[in-house]
Amino acid sequence: MSYEFLQILWFILIAVLWIGFHFLEGFDFGVGMLLPFLGKKDEERRAIINTVGSVWDGNEVWLLTAGGATFAAFPHWYATMFSGFYLALFLLLIGLILRGIAFEYRSKDSSPKWRNTFDWMIAIGSFLSALLLGAAFANLARGVPINQDMMFTGNLFTLLNPYGLLGGVTTVSIFLLHGANFLGLKLEGELRERVNGFAKKLWIAATVLYIILGVFTYIAGFWQHGIVNPGFVPFAAVVVLLATGYFINNKMEGWAFIMTALNIVLTQVTFFTMTFPNVMISSTNPAYSLTIYNASSSQYTLTVMSIVALIFVPIVLVYQGWTYYMFRKRISTDKKSLVY
Amino acid sequence: MDPITLSRWQFGLTTVYHFLFVPLTLGLSWFVAYFQTRYYQTQDESFHKMAKFWGKLFLINFAIGVVTGIVQEFQFGMNWSEYSRFVGDIFGAPLAIEALMAFFLESTFLGIWIFGEGKVPEKVHLAAIWLAAIGSNLSALWILLANGWMQHPVGFVINEVTGRAELVDFFALVMNPKGWLFFWHTIAAGLTTASFLILGVSAYHIIRKQNVDLFKHSFQAATIVGLIASTLVFFGGHTNGQYMFETQPMKFSAIEAHWETSQPADFSLLTIGDLSGKREVWSIRVPAVLSFLACNNFECEVRGVNDIQKEYEATYGPGDYVPLMVVTYWTFRFMMSVGFLMMLLSFLFLLALRGKYENAKWMKWVPWVIVLPYIANMSGWILTEMGRQPWIVQGLLKVQDAVSPNLTTVDLLISLIGYVVVYGALAGAMVYLMRKYAIAGPDAAMHESVDVAPARVGADD
Repeated sequence: MSYEFLQILWFILIAVLWIGFHFLEGFDFGVGMLLPFLGKKDEERRAIINTVGSVWDGNEVWLLTAGGATFAAFPHWYATMFSGFYLALFLLLIGLILRGIAFEYRSKDSSPKWRNTFDWMIAIGSFLSALLLGAAFANLARGVPINQDMMFTGNLFTLLNPYGLLGGVTTVSIFLLHGANFLGLKLEGELRERVNGFAKKLWIAATVLYIILGVFTYIAGFWQHGIVNPGFVPFAAVVVLLATGYFINNKMEGWAFIMTALNIVLTQVTFFTMTFPNVMISSTNPAYSLTIYNASSSQYTLTVMSIVALIFVPIVLVYQGWTYYMFRKRISTDKKSLVY
Repeated sequence: MDPITLSRWQFGLTTVYHFLFVPLTLGLSWFVAYFQTRYYQTQDESFHKMAKFWGKLFLINFAIGVVTGIVQEFQFGMNWSEYSRFVGDIFGAPLAIEALMAFFLESTFLGIWIFGEGKVPEKVHLAAIWLAAIGSNLSALWILLANGWMQHPVGFVINEVTGRAELVDFFALVMNPKGWLFFWHTIAAGLTTASFLILGVSAYHIIRKQNVDLFKHSFQAATIVGLIASTLVFFGGHTNGQYMFETQPMKFSAIEAHWETSQPADFSLLTIGDLSGKREVWSIRVPAVLSFLACNNFECEVRGVNDIQKEYEATYGPGDYVPLMVVTYWTFRFMMSVGFLMMLLSFLFLLALRGKYENAKWMKWVPWVIVLPYIANMSGWILTEMGRQPWIVQGLLKVQDAVSPNLTTVDLLISLIGYVVVYGALAGAMVYLMRKYAIAGPDAAMHESVDVAPARVGADD
């Protein structure tokens, strides 16, 4: 396999990992953010948590794998991005820590104050994580100051530009909607009704923000940073988002969930197409951008990692998919059937 | 303070903190799997209770290990970007494989084990805990192979054009003896940690006559595993030391406060250094024992720190190549003495198993043994990592050249203080819950939807 082929292959593989992560963790971020607003009683909150209880940790491993794969395949990308986005990633880590611990600890004490505190930690941690991820990706699309030594020369405030913030808020709204659609699939009775009401409102907010983000991206010309035109993909992403509204209004929860899932996948595809072959765009000088060619590992490492990925990615997909199948039943708020 | 010093502190603190939870996860997972298997085989409710009870403690501990582990993976790039650029070709591979092979396995099947009881077939539920245990221990293998490479780089060349290390032999990386010795030492230490937790908690309940039969069974299992595991830790450590003598002579001699080359070499029982931690003031030594530790005979030459320093200056240029000896010397002695103490204790417990130990007066002191493995685990890692200073990758890259150049003191103060605050709060919640569930006993762990009221906890105190 030629060096260039491997570099493109690993760009695609890392894109796939990010797509998987956004699609999966997207709904459990959404579920986390909705938790304190949607669940009034303790059983309701526990039922909401249990919709993602057995899977959120596995979903998060997609992020760890994306991080590890970036380190192995494109060390310069990993080094520049992680050191450059230092404080943003620090806050993301704090968000992930808060929600991860809270998922496991919130029911281990019966005091209402304890549980309420941890429920809010889930919500705030999920919100912080979604916001920062969205802001980070928007900045990657926009370009960040990078000098000729592949070093990031900005700071946290460089990332807090209008486009970055819009990316963050839009991601939060899409994940909220995606989470609501997932809950619509997994809950029953009164909660299922309630979440449908939430989804209707969230759909309006998410659609408006999403379209503004799209228009901004188009006018600012960010879609021309790479050598590939994303073409119809972003338009398809808008279409499926519009269709989500139709399915929510007709209480077709399965379809609504598939539509937000598709929207997330198509958004990520748009992102990776419009940056290719860049992995980090320099706003200082396009010549300083990190690309799959100047940021990658050696041909040998890429070959070894390709073999490893070829063996293990399908295995992981099979057993993770199977887990979702095993836990496909709706979750009731009946105390007897609720795992605490 | 400058960003390098702060980055060192941050990495040291977050890593030691992470490793407070990891050994227990590694070891306790096998115990839970064992009790679950016995339950599956016999359908005896007492095994079920043990699986649930130790499983509960396992999960409370596991959660912190997971969330602090994410920080570990991110901070190579965040704080050590130049290191990441230099070694990404090599070091990134085991990290990515760890996630792909181990983290997915561990997290997915642990989810099935927690939520699947009564919902998935019993066989699947049993397989889930075994796969989770295998996943946890596999992740230890890959991260230790990665660390082993930093201590003893193999299978690479330095690319003359880019100045980066590049992988040329993946199998050398995977078969690196350093990594496998660490793995042996760490897995056995994990089992020891779990054994001593079980010994301590079981003793607590036995002396209070609560669920005596259940906890006697746990106590017996933990005694046997504890004795075997702590002995394996010792032999793993000894072999590791001899390999260190060959591959990292400076670390070896710094651990022993061995200043001057000698043949045969004395073993220091007690050395007092000056305030810099780099000069000896006074010591008591046993002749020839250090030679034996280094190469299994009483005659071989052990080079001293001063000679190795001179040699390194000639090879790598001027600089200080001696680790902070007061730390390497004392952490080694803490680790060793506590390790021996644990071997001795598990041997004594084994002897006691034949008598009526449940009524013995000394049983009331047994809960304190829980702290022992933690002292040894922490000392061991501080020793391993500080003993390799000033290198981040032995002989190839120094820590001072590895740090992210764009970070400011303010960046680091924010993150360092942030971690300390959040990690401190987590530790508080974790210790509270561990104590509560350990004291509440197996009945509380069985009825999960029924709340464990705090009042119950106090009742047994």
